[in-house]
Amino acid sequence: MRIPFLLLTLAASLSAQVTYERIRNAAAEPGNWLTFSGNYFGHRHSPLKQITRQNAGSLKPVWVYQIDKTDKFETSPIVVDGVMYVSEPPSDVTALEAATGRPLWKYRRVLPDNMPVCCGKVNRGLAIWGGRLYLGSLDAHLVALDAQTGNVIWDIEVAPWKTGHTITVAPLIVKDKVIVGIAGGEFGVRGFLDAYDVTTGRRAWRFYTVPAAGEKGAETWKGDSYKYGSATTWVTGSYDPELNTIYWGTGNPGPDWNGATREGDNLYSDSIIAVDADTGKLKWHFQFTPHDVHDWDATQVPVLIDGAWKGRPRKLVLFANRNAFYYVLDRQTGEYLLGKQYVRQTWAKGLDEKGRPIRLPNTAPTEKGTLVYPNSPGATNFYAPSYSPSTRLLYVNTRDEGGVFYSSNDPYKEGSWFLAGRFISRPGEEARGAVKALDPETGAVRWEFPMYAPSWSGVLSTAGGLVFVGAHEGDFFALDDSTGKLLWRFPTGGRVFANPVTYLHEGRQQVAIAAGHAIFAFGFEGEK
Amino acid sequence: MALAQNLPPPTEADLKGGEAAYQFHCAFCHGKGDDGMAASLVSPRLPHAPSDSALLNVIRNGIPGSDMPAALGMTDTEVRQVAQFVRRLAQSARQKAPGDPRRGEQIYLGKGNCASCHMIRGSGERLGPDLSDIGARRGLAGLRASLVEPDASVTPGFVMVRATTAAGRQVSGIRVNENTFSIQIRDAGGRFHSLRKSDLKDLDRDAKSSMPSYKTLSPAELDDLVAYLYSLRGES
Repeated sequence: MRIPFLLLTLAASLSAQVTYERIRNAAAEPGNWLTFSGNYFGHRHSPLKQITRQNAGSLKPVWVYQIDKTDKFETSPIVVDGVMYVSEPPSDVTALEAATGRPLWKYRRVLPDNMPVCCGKVNRGLAIWGGRLYLGSLDAHLVALDAQTGNVIWDIEVAPWKTGHTITVAPLIVKDKVIVGIAGGEFGVRGFLDAYDVTTGRRAWRFYTVPAAGEKGAETWKGDSYKYGSATTWVTGSYDPELNTIYWGTGNPGPDWNGATREGDNLYSDSIIAVDADTGKLKWHFQFTPHDVHDWDATQVPVLIDGAWKGRPRKLVLFANRNAFYYVLDRQTGEYLLGKQYVRQTWAKGLDEKGRPIRLPNTAPTEKGTLVYPNSPGATNFYAPSYSPSTRLLYVNTRDEGGVFYSSNDPYKEGSWFLAGRFISRPGEEARGAVKALDPETGAVRWEFPMYAPSWSGVLSTAGGLVFVGAHEGDFFALDDSTGKLLWRFPTGGRVFANPVTYLHEGRQQVAIAAGHAIFAFGFEGEK
Repeated sequence: MALAQNLPPPTEADLKGGEAAYQFHCAFCHGKGDDGMAASLVSPRLPHAPSDSALLNVIRNGIPGSDMPAALGMTDTEVRQVAQFVRRLAQSARQKAPGDPRRGEQIYLGKGNCASCHMIRGSGERLGPDLSDIGARRGLAGLRASLVEPDASVTPGFVMVRATTAAGRQVSGIRVNENTFSIQIRDAGGRFHSLRKSDLKDLDRDAKSSMPSYKTLSPAELDDLVAYLYSLRGES
């Protein structure tokens, strides 16, 4: 009997084993997209250069895969050896053939009724290791699936969903552990970052992002407010294998908009935490927005680069924050090196010599409302920035929008909203967005591409000299990475809330993004 | 079998839960139901929610293209209870508008000259929003505010723009749609123009409403006009 060729290649690709070493050396196999950010350093950059400034104008959709849900589609796909693995809202997983967009298998998770969920039943992606996929589910479980079939290998509870815990973050594989964060800050959960054994699912460590009574940092919370301190960890962090350190952003303190019950800096909310990958012990932290009352989660992807800093080589972490400031820190010590405003803001006079914001008066929420720039969604948000080693620029999708912030008094109640206020967009204002290219060393904006509305799309840069990003109204487009000039666009017709990726299919480069309720894959040749 | 989802008769606990969730999620815009900036809910017929399943859908998913957002973080039970509470609200007595709707209609057609821009059941012009059911879509406070301070909130889809192409051609009218790359304009003659932004030299958007303020009316006249608009429920 003649076995179809496709069947043979499929059998081979679905059994591919992804190891820690492969992820660590992701740059050596740019045809795959092995981890959330493409590499451990949070770069979302690909060395692929088949698609260039010269030929990007000829890109065409090669397939579209429609999902059967209407929730926001925030996934960042994983691509290994010709198979694309996507998480779908609320907590489903599909393996797609990268050649055709045809599903190979699907895992559908049945969620409990009556779950308290903030901000959409979404999921931002998966992790892969050793023929297994790892999914953080909305009901706060960590699930290991067989990458060949989608069958469940194990399914463990990370936290109870009834208290408002959810998982929306893409997990991160670090050596023999899978690192996963938690969401639910709007319900007053106590945030943490967890590590589980990749094989057994047994928990290896947990780092609470809000200290317990008596622990260092507890004094930054008034009374027992630390118990509901939030500081969740809902966007995937980065990892430095040489320093064996995980860098992860933390969310806002709870309740969001009234800080009276939680006087103090509220550690480790709105911070970057550097934790030992083996033990989960905190090495250092840096808090961007002490005592936040505007919901400016520091849940952005930390970008790790090794650069010359004032004449001497240093290991740096770049962080374009939701609070409208861009930061450079030494990632070995946490030392603050630079801070610079990169989007309009009206809440701080600037940063002091230690990087602490100098707050302006009358910027806290009140019962009658206070107008502040940026609004709660901030200067940027969960979607990923990108760093290109060829241009040495950091690309950030930014938002310029004012908000009116109101405060109220809402006591904590398990599983209920814990906001103590609200915000509305500035009435009558047409908000704007822009893709900005920042000089990492100075924070200066080298170029910007203005957008009609702020978009929720991540950025991808490639060695072909391109920056890919999606607009709020659904256009997916490519810019020249050194000038910001528009080179190509395709109107997908659906809003973008996701991060783009790129990979090779049969030796040909494709770029993919979730838009509306579909994955769009672009390349030069469609299926014949 | 139809899949329509009918609300069960509410228990006292449902109404209490529904009211609490309504206060948290809805009252900011809808007020007590009839006095907010957003649509009046004190009406036997909600334009976007004629059936129970439509009401549940509106609460859960919002109304795309309008200011009505999707429920943020409401549980299934809360969505149902809010729907039950809203149905109960609908049966409560409507607030009484202080003015006289018949006198208000005379102002609308006469000195207000409202029909030169607005349409009611096919009569009037298309420059502003259709008002056939404005009394169902706006509460008393919202109606009064848009008469006195029209600039405070311009209805999406009614922003006036003027575009100038690189070749010097000018197109002005109502912005029908816009994104990063193109803009669609309907001019005063009702013709559509679709322009690529890369072809434009200039694009001015009027942040203000093209509607004049009716602060010039006497308080009694304003009451009458509000009462007339409030009476427009989309029923013929």
